[in-house]
Amino acid sequence: MQDVTTEKKEFTPNIVAFCCNWCSYAGADLAGSSRLTYPANVKIIRVPCSCRVNPMFILKAFQQGADGVILCGCHPGDCHYVTGNYYTRRRIALLYSFLNYMGIEKERTRLEWVSAAEGARFSAVMNDFVKTVTELGENKRLTDLRVKEGE
Amino acid sequence: MKDVELKMIERAKELLASGEVARVIGWKKGEFYFDPVPASFETVEELDSLVYNYFCGANLSKYLIEMSKKEGKTAVFLKPCDTYSFNQLVKEHRIKRENVYVIAVECLAKLDINKIKAQGVTGVTDVEVVDKQVKVTSLYGEVVLNKPDVVLEKCSVCQKTHQVKDEEIILHERPERDVNRFAQVAELEAMTEDECFAFWRNQLSKCIRCNACRNVCPACSCVKCVFDNPASGIAAKANDDKFEEQLFHIIRAFHVAGRCTDCGECSRVCPQNIPLHLLNRKFIKDIDSFYGEYQAGETAEGKTPLTEYTEGDTEPNDVFKGEAK
Repeated sequence: MQDVTTEKKEFTPNIVAFCCNWCSYAGADLAGSSRLTYPANVKIIRVPCSCRVNPMFILKAFQQGADGVILCGCHPGDCHYVTGNYYTRRRIALLYSFLNYMGIEKERTRLEWVSAAEGARFSAVMNDFVKTVTELGENKRLTDLRVKEGE
Repeated sequence: MKDVELKMIERAKELLASGEVARVIGWKKGEFYFDPVPASFETVEELDSLVYNYFCGANLSKYLIEMSKKEGKTAVFLKPCDTYSFNQLVKEHRIKRENVYVIAVECLAKLDINKIKAQGVTGVTDVEVVDKQVKVTSLYGEVVLNKPDVVLEKCSVCQKTHQVKDEEIILHERPERDVNRFAQVAELEAMTEDECFAFWRNQLSKCIRCNACRNVCPACSCVKCVFDNPASGIAAKANDDKFEEQLFHIIRAFHVAGRCTDCGECSRVCPQNIPLHLLNRKFIKDIDSFYGEYQAGETAEGKTPLTEYTEGDTEPNDVFKGEAK
């Protein structure tokens, strides 16, 4: 019989990365074609612009089992839609600060500007973020027990 | 307060009788002395039941969304804090300003019946306030309470003044005060993540999703609310999971960020006494510190902090490093 108490799976975090179509998603592409590695547990969701990301998306990602959420967009001033990421910046600054106020670990949420030419940066950012979240452990505070498997 | 009430009734009667307005929005006696309810008066006779006492905490601005679309003008009594909500709704094109006649009424802080009951006083039939003393007459006799102990939370830190008025009924001047409404928010910010989480779990687990905070909130005026969408998975009245409680309150606070005037209605109506104002005040405090001081509803024009930007805005990652401007 299997001893459940000794069976320990190594923790690999689920990371959701919202990437804007014009910069960060292309940055991820470049990272791939340049043979730069980033952890496979980063799930990229392509959005037209970083400002497309509704706070609800971020919370829903946590609900569905994400351990960390990272939002990537064009550098301020480089938005394909001219001003989209300026709005993102305000919203997300407030949202992340607010989540921390509610007791959600601040390391679980991040926003990075990654351009289409920054494949290496994309890879570095993802590696760093995955490392941070792995050290932090599982997301237990913003999770929905109903969607967790086998618990 | 009785003299103000008489003046209000007299003025409302004049306005209705002259045909200047088609209806008056005010408060009418509820089941008890301490629960006056918002009401619309359309005839001079009805106005005899208008009341204005220390329990008229309800914000009447939101009712104007519907009322200002009706035929004829609507007169409304607004307290200082209500005028901010009014301005904000005018700014968002929810109220037709030209259809509303605003009568600014004085407010020397409203009382919280729950706090009075907590002091062991029930069956309240009358209240008189002299300076910092609240003389409560109840079915069981008279008691004198300390005013700061029994005022509504929103009133305890209020520094608001009338922002809109077509005319005013102010018989007593309010003394100037210096209070910090962010004291509690700062206390929470100083706590560790674990303590914050425990605090909010403790508070939000009381939530019964009655939606009273949403329904009373003047900023929550969407025709179709995101929480009414059955496909959202969060339309349930009962929480299935702690996640839903958090989601509801995080999203609701975010949706009113930059538009919340801190009128405090959410906390006042919460049947579970959750300090919901602390959620909104966190956003207000952050907006003030990141983007410069901003009071929603101070004017009926201009942009809100979340619908504008500057090139050198605070970076979200800097917020936690103490580098935020």
